[in-house]
Amino acid sequence: MKPMMRQGEWLGLYVASVAVALGVSAILIRATGGDSLAVFDALIEGSLTGSGRWGLTLGAAAPMLLVALGTIVSARAGLVNIGQEGQLLIGTAFAVYFGFRIGGPGPFNLVVLLVAGSIGGALWAGVAGVLRFRRGVPEVLSTLLLVTVASQVTAYALGREWLLLASNSVGARNNVSEQLAEDNRLPNLNIFGNQIPSSFFLGVVFAVIVAFALARTVWGFQLRMLGRSPQAAQRAGVSQRSFGMRAMLTSGAFAGLAGTVMFAGGGFQFSNYKFVPGFSGNIGWTGLLVALVARERAMPAIAVAIAFGALRTGSSFVGSTGVEARVTDVIEGLLVLALLVPPAVMFIRDRRRARAATTART
Amino acid sequence: MDFVNGLWDAISTASTYQNAALFAGLLIFAASGEWVAERSGTINISVEGMLLSAAFTSAVGYTVTESFVVGICCGVLGGMVVAGVQAEMSHRLVADQFVVGLTLNILILGLAGFLDREIDLTTKTAEKVQIPLLHRIPLVGDAIFDQPWPFYLLFVVVPVSWWLVFRTRWGLEVRASGEDPQAADVSGIDVNKRRRQAIYYAGLTSGLGGAFLLFVQVGRFDEGVVSGRGFIAIAAVIFGGWTLRGTVAGCVIFALALGLRLQLPRYYEGVPTELLQAFPFLVTILGMAIFAKRVRPPAALARPFIRGLK
Repeated sequence: MKPMMRQGEWLGLYVASVAVALGVSAILIRATGGDSLAVFDALIEGSLTGSGRWGLTLGAAAPMLLVALGTIVSARAGLVNIGQEGQLLIGTAFAVYFGFRIGGPGPFNLVVLLVAGSIGGALWAGVAGVLRFRRGVPEVLSTLLLVTVASQVTAYALGREWLLLASNSVGARNNVSEQLAEDNRLPNLNIFGNQIPSSFFLGVVFAVIVAFALARTVWGFQLRMLGRSPQAAQRAGVSQRSFGMRAMLTSGAFAGLAGTVMFAGGGFQFSNYKFVPGFSGNIGWTGLLVALVARERAMPAIAVAIAFGALRTGSSFVGSTGVEARVTDVIEGLLVLALLVPPAVMFIRDRRRARAATTART
Repeated sequence: MDFVNGLWDAISTASTYQNAALFAGLLIFAASGEWVAERSGTINISVEGMLLSAAFTSAVGYTVTESFVVGICCGVLGGMVVAGVQAEMSHRLVADQFVVGLTLNILILGLAGFLDREIDLTTKTAEKVQIPLLHRIPLVGDAIFDQPWPFYLLFVVVPVSWWLVFRTRWGLEVRASGEDPQAADVSGIDVNKRRRQAIYYAGLTSGLGGAFLLFVQVGRFDEGVVSGRGFIAIAAVIFGGWTLRGTVAGCVIFALALGLRLQLPRYYEGVPTELLQAFPFLVTILGMAIFAKRVRPPAALARPFIRGLK
């Protein structure tokens, strides 16, 4: 079969499944008495065409991309880490705690924030890693359960002044950390009238690094070997325990970094440079979906993250159409579900073709 | 010392067990189906979504007809629809089961949140039915034998699950699919079909669980009614070492943690609410950490079966 035709087939499948997802969303909006075209218009205006929205979309995409990169690393090693939401929260909590404790001048403090955030996320993922490799608890489940624990831990810390609670908040609104000082924030770059947050470029740089590391380094090869066949990896001297643990820590570190970027980064305002309960805002889950849709490859994850970031920023315009903004969550879920279909269909078709080819030859 | 006294008071009041029984009911409904699915070789994490979907559809069913029976049937339907997507996508197409399950959970959460705001639902809990004599057992009598009637479906679902898996040909084939799909395939069993059917069964019991949640436990739908308890049900299966007995025991233990969480603050106020909230999840993680290594999972658990590929 010619490669052109094959690519056409891929494209056709993807277009068809996206169309089905959007069609179902439109029917749902119609059925609940909304105007589906207005909703899609609002989504596009809120994410792309509105003034300054591009920058916001990229700002929202940045943490999703970082979470996705972490997911890609762990998934390639054959681990199902699906607790990024919790790792992101704990990472941010670490960043906030050490950022305000250590202080220091702007750029130095920014580095402290990013490093502390990564360590926090890595530690939380490490808990699931230890449970997996020492106690045989499936990481699918422990990471999920740790999400709930993480949100309670951060809520606890936000209620205590010796941990995260702002010291001047007595009597005022509770459960808010101090605001990050202006010179400690991640800067924005002004391009064509859009404030593009530097966090997005950070994400892209990391995407390139991850893509290169996975495809072209010994470490990446060992990681992929572990994911494809643990037995073969074991015989070749790649210990599941130490390598899997490292993959787990890396993936947690990326989630923690994503949280820190949300806290310190500009662009889409997650919570005005303050840490609050429910800070993560489903970015961890969405980032995970980004990795899945990108089929665990780093470079496509950039494009997918932008698309999902656009859904996020677009949703703030949907309210004006009279349709509940939560509808974007539904659109997002349907899109992901639909995008799982083409690879699966292609897999089955390829097998059928291979079988037909072998029977024709004999 | 205050804490120990408070804890003792909480443990020795009947209402702790009342709450625990309700949580246990939800967990057992979900876990007994999940157990069947896992014996067939699927870790079905969309149980969370099945419960939420079922709770929502049963609320819709009740709002329209004001009948609990119709509500429960709608709940079963809601669970089965989610099961359908999970089963067909992971075991007919070969999408990764965790990916499908996770996506479904997120999609259902979004759908429930969206539709809950768009539709007005009026529901309530079903009326209580007291079992004579048995309800007089001290401490736990009321908790188990004085409950709204859908609660008693538990005493049907658990034995039926056991009977299906261990006393029917279907169950044997399900177990074979979970232990050694290659061998099962060679002996003429359609492995993926059995796995799909097992997931549909999980959808059915989770559907009952969702309806139970609505009509027995909370009475009113909101998008946070399940909030991670489906995951605890999955943990109970692992905790129980993939036996039904152990699974039910796990459900009861985790439910006691959930029930204690609600009662303890009445007797001792020193424990931070956040710790109490996290407590059942910590117990679940700890329970798995202690027991996960001592048991043997179905050999092909979470491994997709594709003929010719091992």
